[in-house]
Amino acid sequence: MIEVQNLSKHYGDKKAVDNISFKAQDGEILGFLGPNGAGKSTTMNILTGYISSTSGKAMIDGIDILEDPIKAKSKIGYLPELPPLYMDMTVKEYLNFIYDLKKCKLPRNTHLKDICSLVKIDHVYKRLIRNLSKGYRQRVGLAQALVGNPNVLILDEPTVGLDPKQIIEIRTLIKKLGRNHTVILSSHILSEVQAVCDKIVVINEGKIVADDTEDNLSQKLSSDHRLTVRIEGEQNKVTKLIESIRDVEKVDIGAKHEDAFEYRVEAKEGTDIRKELFLACAKSGYIILEMKSSELTLEDIFLRLTMGESIDGGEE
Amino acid sequence: MGAIFRRETLSYFTSPIGYIFLAAFYAFSAFSFTSNSLHYGTTKMDGMFQQLMIILIVLIPILTMRTMSEEKKNKTDQCLLTAPVGLGGIVAGKFLAAFLIYLMGIAITLVYAVVISAFATPDWMTIIGNFAGLLLVGAAFIAVGIFCSSLTENQVVSAVISFIALIALYMLTTIGDVVPSDFIEKLMPDLGAVWRTVITEAVVILVVTILFFLLGKKAGVLIGGFIAMLILGLFAAKGELIPTILSKLSFWERYVGFTYGLFDLSNALFFISAAVVFLFLTVRVLEKRRWA
Repeated sequence: MIEVQNLSKHYGDKKAVDNISFKAQDGEILGFLGPNGAGKSTTMNILTGYISSTSGKAMIDGIDILEDPIKAKSKIGYLPELPPLYMDMTVKEYLNFIYDLKKCKLPRNTHLKDICSLVKIDHVYKRLIRNLSKGYRQRVGLAQALVGNPNVLILDEPTVGLDPKQIIEIRTLIKKLGRNHTVILSSHILSEVQAVCDKIVVINEGKIVADDTEDNLSQKLSSDHRLTVRIEGEQNKVTKLIESIRDVEKVDIGAKHEDAFEYRVEAKEGTDIRKELFLACAKSGYIILEMKSSELTLEDIFLRLTMGESIDGGEE
Repeated sequence: MGAIFRRETLSYFTSPIGYIFLAAFYAFSAFSFTSNSLHYGTTKMDGMFQQLMIILIVLIPILTMRTMSEEKKNKTDQCLLTAPVGLGGIVAGKFLAAFLIYLMGIAITLVYAVVISAFATPDWMTIIGNFAGLLLVGAAFIAVGIFCSSLTENQVVSAVISFIALIALYMLTTIGDVVPSDFIEKLMPDLGAVWRTVITEAVVILVVTILFFLLGKKAGVLIGGFIAMLILGLFAAKGELIPTILSKLSFWERYVGFTYGLFDLSNALFFISAAVVFLFLTVRVLEKRRWA
């Protein structure tokens, strides 16, 4: 279990993390969502005891990371933004070093073998880390976090730099791990967090913008009222037709594909206009070639969650 | 600590550093041994041991330059600092690894002693005393090097800082000799020691206060001011004390006693305390970085 209470971190006058609180229960995957420089990595570094907080508490399984750091750290597996790998070691040497460093008590060979087959690095086990590709380095970083089978896993952007196939593999792996670990993972990709996490905390400029438990974020994020449709037929008439449907607020015209045009339709929040749209088009004889929900971007979410407040990227 | 010690020791030999250090040390010490002992046909080795300290000033920074700085640069310190290990354990592991390599280097001097014993009986006690002195001064130097390495992310900068620091520690006697110990006395020749001190301190406090408000109330100014008060106050009260203190802190003065065959426990303790102090400072630097 991870519990964060009123955590703040100031760098001089800049508030990197500003009074945040959240909780992750056992067996829960908590997604930490935010743009670059939002304070995700800083929070994770505080949770793992790499840096200290200016004020507030961070508890791992009920142990304050500042009061009993060694005991708290022994419960954490941490994959930082950049995997902390020694380039001059082989994967085998490195994992054995981590095993000793964490004073792990599990049977050495079987434990390390299990981890390697879990993250699929068996066949590079004897190679120098320097010679591994980015994706493999990321996996070795993940393997390092898993050594000692810690209760809590803290993963900072675990899928950065991986190819799509690897991303899916790692996501499946994290989901699997989430069953018997507490996992916190950070990302700036919305779909990733939605796909993997049980709970989402959105952070921007060091502050929590939305916490799933309080705001029921996942429902808010459903986007059935924003559609992208491709309809064959005369553009002006189709536009008018769509606009005449109840609850439709905005229609944008997108790219042209031969006779069909793409329309981006936005309806009132919480309404579903797909049926009405279909019936209306069918009645008038326009053919719907494609209809899909528009994907929300991170910017959209911030726009909504902060309700029109300024949404600078917060880049450092 | 054990894991860090093992990894660190191995890393000296997976990178060229360990080989360079050992090869250079063997080459220079062999040269020094030949020119001082073999060339003059003597069983005395003090000349070589004296020269070895100068060699250490150059070689120890190479040995220690990457200990802390490389970890920070490659972000591997995240792995160490988030592992269930204390900061003391991390620093101690690194120190012991460097010390082991150093030991492998200076062990060659015992071989030289054996070479001498083939021709005549050397004074074994003196040689062992010399060796102990070299061992202790090396431990202190390595601690200084590790401390310097913790201050920066850049290996070259780290090596240069520790090189300068080691030269300064070596030269403290010389520095003490040229420091004008009575310059405040000369400014106020008619006053007694008490008034001299009071006036000096008043001037320092005034300057520090002005600087403090001019520079925007920086805490560093106060700390600097406090140090200046201590030093200048000492100069004003008892100027001749400064060169004495400096020569007491001089590594060379302490070390050269060993090469004469004098094993002075206070000198041995001095080097051990110097090593402990600098390792402690390294821990403080790591600690401070977390709070920054």
